[in-house]
Amino acid sequence: MKILVAIKQVPERDAQISIAADGRWIDESDLSYTINEPDAYALEEALQLKEKNGGEVVVLCAGPERVTSTLREALAKGADRAIHIEADDLGERDTLGIAQLLADAARAESPDLILTGLQSDDLGLGQTGVVLAELLGIPHATIIMQVEVTTAGLKVKRELEDGWFQYVEMPLPALLTIQSGGNKLRYATLMGIKKAKTKETKTVQAAPATAAQAITLERVYLPEKQKKTEILTGTPAEVAAKLVEKLKFEVRAI
Amino acid sequence: MNGVLVLMEQRGGKWNRMSFEALAAGQQLAAKLGAECSAAVIGEGADTLAAELAAKKLAKIFTVQHPLLQTYTSDGYVAAFEQLLKQADPTYVLLPHTYQVRDFAPALATRFRQVLISDVIAVHDGPVFVRQLLQGKLNADYKSAGTGPCFVSVQAGTFRAEAVEAGTATGTAITANFTPQLEANQIRSKPGEPFREAAQTVDLSAARLIVSVGRGIGEQENIGIVEELAKALGAELAASRPICDNGWLPMERQVGSSGQTVSPKLYLAIGISGAIQHLVGMKGSKTVIAINKDENAPIFEVADYGVVGDLFEIVPALTKAVLAAKN
Ligand SMILES: Cc1cc2nc3c(=O)[nH]c(=O)nc-3n(C[C@H](O)[C@H](O)[C@H](O)COP(=O)(O)OP(=O)(O)OC[C@H]3O[C@@H](n4cnc5c(N)ncnc54)[C@H](O)[C@@H]3O)c2cc1C
Ligand SMILES: Nc1ncnc2c1ncn2[C@@H]1O[C@H](COP(=O)(O)O)[C@@H](O)[C@H]1O
Repeated sequence: MKILVAIKQVPERDAQISIAADGRWIDESDLSYTINEPDAYALEEALQLKEKNGGEVVVLCAGPERVTSTLREALAKGADRAIHIEADDLGERDTLGIAQLLADAARAESPDLILTGLQSDDLGLGQTGVVLAELLGIPHATIIMQVEVTTAGLKVKRELEDGWFQYVEMPLPALLTIQSGGNKLRYATLMGIKKAKTKETKTVQAAPATAAQAITLERVYLPEKQKKTEILTGTPAEVAAKLVEKLKFEVRAI
Repeated sequence: MNGVLVLMEQRGGKWNRMSFEALAAGQQLAAKLGAECSAAVIGEGADTLAAELAAKKLAKIFTVQHPLLQTYTSDGYVAAFEQLLKQADPTYVLLPHTYQVRDFAPALATRFRQVLISDVIAVHDGPVFVRQLLQGKLNADYKSAGTGPCFVSVQAGTFRAEAVEAGTATGTAITANFTPQLEANQIRSKPGEPFREAAQTVDLSAARLIVSVGRGIGEQENIGIVEELAKALGAELAASRPICDNGWLPMERQVGSSGQTVSPKLYLAIGISGAIQHLVGMKGSKTVIAINKDENAPIFEVADYGVVGDLFEIVPALTKAVLAAKN
């Protein structure tokens, strides 16, 4: 089974965010980046499926030069090959435009299964996988926790709201968007890191955007504070004493 | 038709209550545009539910029914709504940002070469649609530049279901039945019945006091300091999703949209950023206290009291102070 995993590189969660001078995105100059968290789970699922059923795991990422570090990490964890769609203008492409880039690369590979994360940490659209499936004309299921290969295709466990789940069966080829927590993530081993150096990363130039964007991001800004939070200050001991006062007299928890 | 069409969600004849938040958003957008708002109900039981909508301020109510729409599938819903939208021709299509909408709406928008503006928290004049970036650290304004219908899904809790406007006696909505053309072979996936995992042994919904820990704790070994605080307070221990994903605490202690919904007297959030999926599970708490090193963390947006600082310094000091106060 050939599995294609779309992974996105996003700013580290603890990164100090500042807004870019043009007010349309964040200042990227001093940021450190990492793999989008659900995508790490998508990769893990792919690696485990390969261990069980054999086949190949190919990782795919669209973005500027810097994303190759994330692809290399995926190779070190066990992916067989990587495809880098080199594009410096993702900010000027909407979901449809980015999914189109991924779709072109996917068509060239014709995988049996495509995995994406359910949502990216930075844009938080939660859409790219579903749009990609639609562009490719293959069935999809979202927010998936477990994947089982059956004779007819796949049986997947889909998360629903409030602690509910359901199983969904579908034929292959298919696309799944993976939720975090389904598996335990592996670390890259020293051996894996060494081996990654011998693995292939293919770079393809992104085709120029053909259609105008259907939606545009006009401006980013810090959310306005709506709520008046009383911030308690002082040394840890002083803050603790103030909190105890609140717990005693306001909350009546002590 | 033009105007706004709201796609309501239901399962087995029961509303998803978020549908009414989307309906309120749809009515407000229509008012801004000086246009009409309509609604559509899909699936089995749509008739009865549509009757309920007749009392709302709506131009038209569509019921979309077909034997192949009895249970939800993305394929069925996308095909049915595509046909409905081609006929009704709305300028804006509003949906609640539910798991089901996440599953089909991006594909539906793609059929029209449009892009869903997902998880919207406000609508301003323009119209400008506001959504969150970086898990709530920033807001962003989006505009539709497309030529087809503009698809928008609204975040849970940002519009009030009670704000849905009732209709007037003279302006009752027209109900129209819409039967899409569907073939069984168009539906490629087979959904099973929803189920819950084995009975939960921890019921956080009844807890009076909750101490909740997030990824700020860094490592499993560190959870002990939060456990000690919970013990000192006599509180239940809860967590954000990543803590449970990592297996540091059992799944049943997870609070949020995919975990438990809690409403204790005290919710003490430690090293939790306050992503919307966490907030929906705990916003009903009477008092929220947050300890976080990032003064811009969205958790402070729901906190009554906040401490900006290192949890590794503050939590042990607090445990000590609580124990001292109790003795
Ligand atoms: C469909 C879906 C469903 C989801 N369901 C849920 C759900 O049910 N429940 C849930 O919780 N999440 C859920 N999530 C995930 C959610 O989006 C967030 O990713 C998650 O809540 C983040 O958890 P966190 O706040 O612990 O971690 P982070 O966002 O990483 O935040 C960690 C925080 O700790 C602070 N911190 C770090 N170090 C320190 C220190 N030394 N002292 C003080 N503070 C520190 C940081 O400033 C940061 O604010 C869901 C996501 C999706 C897409
Ligand atoms: N530039 C990209 N390169 C590769 N995969 C991507 C890219 N953008 C989004 N994805 C995939 O699509 C998923 C959902 O992203 P989003 O729609 O932005 O929330 C991510 O988890 C990735 O798996």
